Amino acid sequence: MTRPTAIAVSGLTKNFGTTRALDGLDLTVRSGEVHGFLGPNGAGKTTTIRILLGLLRADGGRTRLLDGHPWHDATELHRRVAYVPGDVTLWPGLSGGEVIDLLGRLRGGIDPARKEELLEKFALDPRKKARSYSKGNRQKVGLIAALASEAELLVLDEPTSGLDPLMEETFRECVRRQQREGRTVLLSSHVLSEVEALCDRVTIVREGSTIESGSLSELRHLTRVSVSAELARVPTGLDELPGVHDLELDGTELRCEVDTPALDGLLRRLTEAGVRGLTSQPPSLEELFLRHYDHGPLDTSHRGAAR
Amino acid sequence: MNALHGTRDLVRLILRVDRVRLPAWMAGVTLFLLGSVASFPAAYDTAAERQARAALMDNPATVILTGPGYGREDYTYGAMVANEMGGMTAALVALMSVLLVVRHTRHEEERGRAELVRAAVVGRHAPLAAALLTVFAADVVLGLVLGLGLPVVLPELSVGGSLLFAAGLSAVGVVFAALAGVTAQLMEHGRAASGLAAALLAAAYALRGAGDLGDGTLSWLSPIGWAQRTRSYVDGRWWPLSLALVLTALLVVTAFLLRSRRDEGAGLVRGRPGRATAAPWLSGPFALALRLRRGPLTGWTVGFVLFGAFVGAIAEQAAEFAADNELAQRMLAQNGQAGSAETVLATYLGLMALVSTGFALQSVAALRAEETTGRLDPLLGGSPLSRGGWMLSNLAVTLVGSGTVLGSGGLSAGLVHATNSGEPWEAARLTLAALAHLPAVWVLAGLAAALFGVLPAAGGLGWLVLAGSVFVGMFGPLLRLPDWVADLSPFTHTPMLPTGDPHPVSLLALTAVAALLTTVGVLAFRRRDTA
Repeated sequence: MTRPTAIAVSGLTKNFGTTRALDGLDLTVRSGEVHGFLGPNGAGKTTTIRILLGLLRADGGRTRLLDGHPWHDATELHRRVAYVPGDVTLWPGLSGGEVIDLLGRLRGGIDPARKEELLEKFALDPRKKARSYSKGNRQKVGLIAALASEAELLVLDEPTSGLDPLMEETFRECVRRQQREGRTVLLSSHVLSEVEALCDRVTIVREGSTIESGSLSELRHLTRVSVSAELARVPTGLDELPGVHDLELDGTELRCEVDTPALDGLLRRLTEAGVRGLTSQPPSLEELFLRHYDHGPLDTSHRGAAR
Repeated sequence: MNALHGTRDLVRLILRVDRVRLPAWMAGVTLFLLGSVASFPAAYDTAAERQARAALMDNPATVILTGPGYGREDYTYGAMVANEMGGMTAALVALMSVLLVVRHTRHEEERGRAELVRAAVVGRHAPLAAALLTVFAADVVLGLVLGLGLPVVLPELSVGGSLLFAAGLSAVGVVFAALAGVTAQLMEHGRAASGLAAALLAAAYALRGAGDLGDGTLSWLSPIGWAQRTRSYVDGRWWPLSLALVLTALLVVTAFLLRSRRDEGAGLVRGRPGRATAAPWLSGPFALALRLRRGPLTGWTVGFVLFGAFVGAIAEQAAEFAADNELAQRMLAQNGQAGSAETVLATYLGLMALVSTGFALQSVAALRAEETTGRLDPLLGGSPLSRGGWMLSNLAVTLVGSGTVLGSGGLSAGLVHATNSGEPWEAARLTLAALAHLPAVWVLAGLAAALFGVLPAAGGLGWLVLAGSVFVGMFGPLLRLPDWVADLSPFTHTPMLPTGDPHPVSLLALTAVAALLTTVGVLAFRRRDTA
């Protein structure tokens, strides 16, 4: 690893009463990257984020945030961190503009030009009282306050919930710009296309522990490619090939799923039968995801391959 | 489809949702009225004592605060109930009606639940009709309970007079329910709708106060005035209540007309836009805390200025009354010589201190609300604001704010008393006398802060301690409670100025206790998880 680490979490545990919310979770975010933090509801994403922000105390494990301790050095660290929760709640009597200025001033000042630009980009009316904002507009207030902050680490917990597709695109542009400016982003999200478009690396958690972590291409490599081909002759012996799954053969038309390492062997066999047409698709993040979200025993074999 | 379709189901829904709130409101009003009335015989045993009380009813401050004071020549228990309880109880019933109607109309729309209901087979006017019907019915039932209950707690009251008196209360409730039905169409937000209706209620109260002080013409413009013009127990006239029926009918028609002219969720009056940028002073945790408490602080201060003015205005006359009343003497004896205006003032300032603690506890309770609503997370998690800094800023606003509330009550009482007595220094003396109770207020605020840090779920305990202190303060001398019970209340240890000794040591001790409790609260909050 050449770049320094913005977030280093290992073996993190946290209990709420008798419920174990985090059970040895690991998370490493390198400086300057956009890191996707994925997992089903209740997997422990928000708990992890709240520990990183010093709102909760960890019960066990090692946690470093920008080379500080998230609980003991909270105040100092927060000069360099901005945060947007998944459900932004505001003071009903204050206008959006007042809240953005106030949060900015708590950090020691806000660049008015940058704020104006963001207000325009997100098409937010800053004069409206918070009690009359819709969910999406409250979310925009939180995003503008964080994006205008020039913090070196942005922690975003499902930040685009309630935003329309146009605004989601604006959000993506802003995150890309943050990255170009050298900032680090931890993005917890359920919008897979968003993660696919923005993130360099992802961490997938389930039931309080990490089950996958790496770049998207690394993760893809660990899973199956779907192949469909039109052949000259009916192929033989495909069933015996290792790593080929869900084989469907309809005369000379073939569809199957294949483990990435076994792709080579399959292709060799297909060429023997004469290839007329061939498409192969890497798994979408969605497929990757469903595999982990599903409570099936499916991923155990993969975990062996991953390590 | 019939515009009222589904009204019956919605009435059931309201009764289900408010199955605790509605009976609690009615029980609260009933306890307030019947409890006060039940205590009359103990305080005014003889006709002579009642007649002495009647003299007090002549005071302009009392007239503004209570009623026109009819039947003073023969001040029976009935006249006493009608004059001294009528206005206040009517305002309470009206407030209940306003809050309930707005709660089931505009608040539902604001939260988006009304949309869910309207999307079902429910007519456009059904939600408003259901809310009005339910609250009208609640007002009538409450009137029956009060009208039949009054002769039970005080047998000297006639059943006929009591029913008329209670019907007047119901009528005021019904009028203001219908008025809230109108304001709920005008304003976009529930708070604005109930705020406007409550302001009109205050105006109606003030109008009848002004009328009662003068020749009574203005009182005929106020629904509360109509209820009092029934002259229950003295002349017993039902006809003024027909005015309330006419006004209610007009208001209900107006409400439904307005409802059919507006969209779901929209108000006829557009909400004023806020500031595009924060004012320059709105920077840092103290300014934020001050900005958030500004509304309640203003409200409490205005209330205490009025309360103080009333106390200052009646002090001298109340002292004369107390000189002849045995119960009043026992109440006042601990605070100085009964029969002196200063003793009355000292007693009232002590009462003010207890009431002002409500502001302090409300302010500390706001800390927990900030935490549970999630508004605290971006402050503590996303800005370099420390937990201690946030909590202490808020507590500073609480401590200074409770001083402002209490001090303004003392100053207002002092200014009026200084004018009456011709001694200008009374204003400063009474302000300081009120502020002498501040350390006790701080002790309870500190207790609430400690609970917030250590046992946040048990924040309500602070109110329980306040209720106990009120009990000890108000009834301790009457019930002759043992000293150690009285000593549990921090208010027992503050000096009853201007008559008593200033006890600087106990003031310092109370301040130290408050500081200690606050420190415990801050230290515990710095160590615990946030919700």
